[in-house]
Amino acid sequence: MTTLAAKSLLVADSANKCAPGLPADFCHHHETTGCVGGNGLFCADWAADNIDRYVGPFFRHLEIVAISVVAGFVVALALALLSHRHRTLIPPVLGATGVLYTIPSIAFFFLLLPITGFGLWTAVIPLAAYTLQIIYRNTIAGLANVPDDAKDAGRGMGMSERQLLWRVELPLATPEVVAGLRIAIVSTVAIATLAFLAGAGGLGDALYAQPSFNTNIIMVGVLTIGMALILDLMVVLAQRFAMPWQRARPR
Amino acid sequence: MIVLASIIDSFTGAFDFIFHSREAVTGGGVPVGGPAYIWPFARTQLEVTAVALGGALAVGMPIGLILGHIGKGEFLAVGFGNAGRAVPEIAVIFLLASLIGIGLGNVAIALGILGLPPVLTNTYVAMRQVDPTAVQAARGMGMRSWQVILRVELPLAAPTIMAGVRTAAINIFATATVASFVGLSTLGDFVTQPAVYGNDGVVAGAIVIAVLAGLIEAALAGVQWLVTPRGLKLARASRSA
Repeated sequence: MTTLAAKSLLVADSANKCAPGLPADFCHHHETTGCVGGNGLFCADWAADNIDRYVGPFFRHLEIVAISVVAGFVVALALALLSHRHRTLIPPVLGATGVLYTIPSIAFFFLLLPITGFGLWTAVIPLAAYTLQIIYRNTIAGLANVPDDAKDAGRGMGMSERQLLWRVELPLATPEVVAGLRIAIVSTVAIATLAFLAGAGGLGDALYAQPSFNTNIIMVGVLTIGMALILDLMVVLAQRFAMPWQRARPR
Repeated sequence: MIVLASIIDSFTGAFDFIFHSREAVTGGGVPVGGPAYIWPFARTQLEVTAVALGGALAVGMPIGLILGHIGKGEFLAVGFGNAGRAVPEIAVIFLLASLIGIGLGNVAIALGILGLPPVLTNTYVAMRQVDPTAVQAARGMGMRSWQVILRVELPLAAPTIMAGVRTAAINIFATATVASFVGLSTLGDFVTQPAVYGNDGVVAGAIVIAVLAGLIEAALAGVQWLVTPRGLKLARASRSA
């Protein structure tokens, strides 16, 4: 019972003219001995020469993450606003999003396969579903933590319930909402490395192209973690610019 | 309607694969499918999950308990947890397989590393959330540090610690599926080898993985309920009432 990884190794070995365990195109830029030939831990020269391999998968990865998180955020926010009005909805929504969160991503992809087929959506639906619980839970908590004084002040100024929600409650709940969004983004970037199994591509594709070449594995790992950190930083900066008053709030 | 019929077909085929043996797609009279065939794969996945979770608990809980008790190292405990979320688990598994080889032990090490952040972070946060007046009362009664940790802080922190254990267990079990890529025969074999198991086997594997994950989650939720001290349950009930 050979696994895919073992199979790809066998294929690589038989077609290989440069070094054991590596596909022939690995010697495209470099000699057969040395770091690449010996599958060193990280061959910086190879990485620098082959950075173009990762550009396409990187931006595809970004696309998958962006669609998933935006879709998840919109649905979670809508559910949170709905259950802010109708509190009885909270336990069933938490239960349902919790069940979705429990389904392992690989199983989720392949359960959707008969329905949506290979491609972007088979990856996006599970990834978006995973973000629901964290964003929903944080939004509900954020709305619940809005001080009654602030709401009373708003009502005293003659605000309707709708105005109160958009001008007082949601702005004051943003720290919690953004905290949830950040967790959702970072974990989605990491899980999206499995999106290639659903036929959606991304950095997982680059990883699986040469799954036993250390430099490639590390490149994919570094690019994934880097993407997560950059997106996280962008959200933090956006929050500072969009809501400067929060810096003045005592923590 | 045709689409719907083919979807229903896929799932009936998958259930047939789970409950009945059949010939492999590759032929040769090799039987695949059926509970007796699937069980060894499930057992490997459960074993590697248990070993990895045990390792993550053995390392993460003492560190979290001590750091939380003395109230230091928040950057380490919480930052480590947040950073851990960004790590692509499949890359860790492939790298460890490439560096130290394939096997249940090595995969368990990789999975244990992935389970460590939620255990450590939740244990630390849980310890910090314990009502300080309870700790002071315990000290006033003359308890020593280790007694305060084990008899006051740990019971009060148990529900939040268990929440971290649940997250770790589900992450580890889910990622153990990926281990079939590096040669460990887990349930991932069914979803990654349509050439052998056919589309029915792929969907069947996905169903079994999802159901087992749900059972693990439910079992650990039960444990969480059992380790929650009665006082905390009462306090929570009166707060929500």
